[in-house]
Amino acid sequence: MIEVKNLIKTFKDGPVETRVLKGITLSVRNGEFIAIMGRSGAGKSTLLYQTSLLDEPTSGEIYINGREAHTMTENEKMFFRLAEFGYVFQDYALLPEMTALENVALPLLMQGLSTAAAEAKATAALTRVGLGSRIRNLPGQLSGGEQQRVSISRAVAHGPGVLFADEPTANLDKESSATVMEIFKELHANGQTIIMVTHEDEFAKFAERIVKIDDGQIISDTPFRG
Amino acid sequence: MLSLTNIRVGFYLALRQLRGANRWATSLIIFVMLLTFLNLVVVTGLLVGIVAGISNQFRVQETGDVVISSLDTKDYIENSPQILSFLKTLPQPKVTSARYIVTGTIEANYFERTDLNEKPNKTGATIVGIDPVTENTFSGLPRYLGEGTYLSSSDYDSVLLGPQFVERYSFGEQPGLTPLRNVYPGTKIRLTINGHTREVIVKGILDVPANSPLAAHVFMPANEVRQLMGRTDYAVNEIAILLNPGVDPAEFRDFLKRSGLAESAKVRTFEDAIPNGVAEVQNTFAMIGNAIGSIGLAVAAITIFIVIFINAITRRKFIGILKGIGISGSAIEISYIFQSLFYAAIGSALGMGILYGFLVPYVSAHPIVLPISNAIIVAPVAGTVVRILLLVLTTVVAGYLPSRMIVRRNTLDSILGRN
Repeated sequence: MIEVKNLIKTFKDGPVETRVLKGITLSVRNGEFIAIMGRSGAGKSTLLYQTSLLDEPTSGEIYINGREAHTMTENEKMFFRLAEFGYVFQDYALLPEMTALENVALPLLMQGLSTAAAEAKATAALTRVGLGSRIRNLPGQLSGGEQQRVSISRAVAHGPGVLFADEPTANLDKESSATVMEIFKELHANGQTIIMVTHEDEFAKFAERIVKIDDGQIISDTPFRG
Repeated sequence: MLSLTNIRVGFYLALRQLRGANRWATSLIIFVMLLTFLNLVVVTGLLVGIVAGISNQFRVQETGDVVISSLDTKDYIENSPQILSFLKTLPQPKVTSARYIVTGTIEANYFERTDLNEKPNKTGATIVGIDPVTENTFSGLPRYLGEGTYLSSSDYDSVLLGPQFVERYSFGEQPGLTPLRNVYPGTKIRLTINGHTREVIVKGILDVPANSPLAAHVFMPANEVRQLMGRTDYAVNEIAILLNPGVDPAEFRDFLKRSGLAESAKVRTFEDAIPNGVAEVQNTFAMIGNAIGSIGLAVAAITIFIVIFINAITRRKFIGILKGIGISGSAIEISYIFQSLFYAAIGSALGMGILYGFLVPYVSAHPIVLPISNAIIVAPVAGTVVRILLLVLTTVVAGYLPSRMIVRRNTLDSILGRN
């Protein structure tokens, strides 16, 4: 379970201070699929980055399965992210000099698995998203949709507690977007907690709960029953 | 944090980054490393080699491996005939050259000097009495002839002049040494030793560098020099010994000292006998070599720093992603250390290949002829290994620092490209 209490994030640019999150409080139960929506600049991605421990909030508290995440050191956060979180970025964020297999295997190696074990697990993860035949391809040799599927494989191969996705379909065509969302749906059906930022209603409908943000505040938090 | 996992992941990352790197850029970095290695080892080796050339010149042309000379309190080696007889019974010496050495004067153009107020064309000289045949075997003296012919045992009133005494060969005027004008093979000059003057013919003129021990010597058959010196006891001034291959000069020196020679003569290896000036030049050149090498190291460090810094800064987003997905900063830093190691190792390996596969054997066979000596490259493997370790260490530090600078930046700022 993730609990966010009174989360504030302020950006400073010289003397100018911009408060992007204005005291957000939010709970996410294990196994939930949440879509965070809002217009551009509303603070939805910033909320995702704070919750997923990629960034440091200005103030507020974050608890993950009862652990005080907001007091963790950078090193502790790194290990926590490695063990508990998976990330899917809008621009896929794959390492260009590594094959699909190597991209997926890397976090597994960091978890202490042998190269053979990590690559076996990575192969299985890629096969699940339909890329079993493309594991030796470099990201540049894959389409956008395929790259995003590699990114999803990397995010879930180590069995994270929470999958964070930041606009995962923003750069994809309709067909590829649908494929990605189907994968998310399947992952959720298998009990995966997913927190996804999106501005597309069509894909938000895959979530079971939609949190709408505007001007750094939650303006609605409603279960979606499609 | 230097854990096994970090090293393993660092290596995994480094290997893939190198594999994906631009081939030309990689080749260029390795080339810079190669040049740095050569700068570090070859330049120093060459500078030391110049001095080694001088030392070797003394060994080959004058002292041999071990040299016996008179005690400071004596003008000659006591019991010289007995010492020479003793040396003949030993298996270690290959050739032994006994020499008479005396100072005197030589004068040229005395027939043309009509005005007695005019300064005579005259100079002080060290006259060395040699057995021409033995000296040929010992130092190969004839091969240093620039003009004329070599002495023979039957020659009488003939001399060989070192280039310092001949104006057109000389390296400039030196204190107490005025080069003679208009002297050629066949020219008659006056030689004065211990007040005895004799007119002799210049049979040959040597052509050697300024610092050669042959440069300021006048060579004459030993019997004549002995007569002019008035020495009837056959006591020589110097016995130079060339040893058979494999005989250690220091051990042989000690053996001779233990045999009682130390009481009547100075027994030294060629290294002991090298004039102080040469040793000082050697130390000076070694210092210059180290200074140039240090500059080379600094250049290598800066090169690697820039290369890794540019690499890390352009890959800042990916470093952020790596940190974001849980790859430790240490593993990322180690990956850059491995890349630096790769550049240094390949550059050094290529340098070693060029150095020991080509440069050292080639320059040994064809020494670089310099005015000061015939230089070789002195690059002992142990010293080279130390320099490689120095290069690797410098490179590793230079690779680590910029990667650390980039890795320490905020993860999300790196991912989003924010400053």
